[in-house]
Amino acid sequence: MSAPPLAGPGPLIDAHAHFYHADAGRADWAGVNAARFRAGERIGITYHVASVLGSYGFSSPTYFPSPADVTRGNDAMLAMLDVESERVRMFVTVNPNETGHAIREIERCVERGAIGVKLLASRRADDALLDPIAELAGERGLPVLHHIWQHRRREWPSQEISDGGDLARLAARHPRTRFILAHIGGGGDYMHTFPAVIDQPNIYPDLSGSGVDRGMLDAAVSALGAARLLWGCDLTMETGLAKLRALDAIGLPADEVEAIRWRNAARIFPPGAFPRCAAADGKQ
Amino acid sequence: MIDCNTLIGPYPFRHVPHPEPEVLVRVLAREGLEGAWVGHLPSAFYRDPSEGNAALYRALEAHASALRPVPAIRPDWPRWEHALRAARDAGAPAIRAYPAHWGMGPHDPSMRELAVAAGEQGMALLLTVRFEDLRQRHALDVAGDLSAAAVRSLARAGDAVRLVVTAAGREMIEETHWGLTPAERARVFWDISWIWGPPEDHLAKLFTTIGTERFVFGTQWPLRLTQSPRANLDLLPPNLAGARLADASTICAAATPGHA
Repeated sequence: MSAPPLAGPGPLIDAHAHFYHADAGRADWAGVNAARFRAGERIGITYHVASVLGSYGFSSPTYFPSPADVTRGNDAMLAMLDVESERVRMFVTVNPNETGHAIREIERCVERGAIGVKLLASRRADDALLDPIAELAGERGLPVLHHIWQHRRREWPSQEISDGGDLARLAARHPRTRFILAHIGGGGDYMHTFPAVIDQPNIYPDLSGSGVDRGMLDAAVSALGAARLLWGCDLTMETGLAKLRALDAIGLPADEVEAIRWRNAARIFPPGAFPRCAAADGKQ
Repeated sequence: MIDCNTLIGPYPFRHVPHPEPEVLVRVLAREGLEGAWVGHLPSAFYRDPSEGNAALYRALEAHASALRPVPAIRPDWPRWEHALRAARDAGAPAIRAYPAHWGMGPHDPSMRELAVAAGEQGMALLLTVRFEDLRQRHALDVAGDLSAAAVRSLARAGDAVRLVVTAAGREMIEETHWGLTPAERARVFWDISWIWGPPEDHLAKLFTTIGTERFVFGTQWPLRLTQSPRANLDLLPPNLAGARLADASTICAAATPGHA
């Protein structure tokens, strides 16, 4: 008999996960994927909503993937989806600098089961090149997970970073599209992000990232409310578990914890995307 | 198990909720920890940490059974030897130093002297690689991370030296560890507050390659969530489940003074 999940028995959706593949430039790629599933089982993750970021720098930069790498990565993610349909859902990754390719990739992968769009840091979030992608995502009901640097004060190498203000401008142009603001714990000053997006209700920050600053979660809930926050891990799952435990420790009501754990995700992704959560909810 | 890496007092670059010893005691109880080594956070940014140490001793008096002081001692400051003896007399298990914040290079001779002197008096030297992620630092926070070279230099200073290096990541730990002789490595302990868990499994890899006995439990409260290192241990692969870290109380008991 397996141990009970460390995060409790209720549904839990990781809205920000990644997987690797054989062309991702690292020999241990399968082991890293297996470790995500191992930790996911231990934590009690019901669904990993995941993307593959091209070749992760092996044949084009992680944050500026070539069309060939975008397609190869999405193919790997589709293959993962075929094998792990019980516990994996897919973001289709695109590079908006290749607009036609990006649109075709979204169409192709949604046809095969993708439920969201992943944008990296290939183009500033408020650039007009993102408009056709955001428009299509809105039409299809696909949330757009956008990589974010919390408060950009200068350019950083290897990325064309965007912050909450940049994403808010894109979100204002596409009010029917839902945007997931990536990893408030993923680097930069999250205290800048909350006021930057507070008036843009179609932006939903996720809690993922290696950052576990005390006060970050309290501030996020206080500024935006639990109804706008999504739980996630990104590259560090121990910080994901720690944040779940911290939400309990700060005294967040059970229904608000539940919203962050999975209900908000179930609301903003396409209907029926997470049947195991709905089933578990029905049993409660 | 105790938490080797806690602080009290405010942080100059952002608001930190409730950095008081009374709150720390409650957090330790909640997390099932027996006690903590406690530093005074503002002292890292004082030119002269003496007043900060006095404030630390006063603040912890009422919690002596759980909280042990770890004062900051600056070895380029006059009469630092007196501060070291005062720390010993106050029952400090370790002292803190912030060479990067004090503008000291990786081979600063006064830091080496401090490391040896502390070890000879039965105290570890606790070092902080960083307080915050590089990407979120205030424009005035320009000290930079503590370097592996600085740690290697201190580990080589003498047999009596005992270092507890906090807030390091895998790369720095490996660069330091494998850049030391076995005898020198035995003088260095690492807290696990900033080491990544799954899926990259840095902590598991370090436990496997370097050994659990080189690691101590630390959280960097009040800056970081106490839940994170515990979660990291909980998520170790099955073959490492229940891994035992070094007992912080024995770090300096094993020191062999006088053979520098």
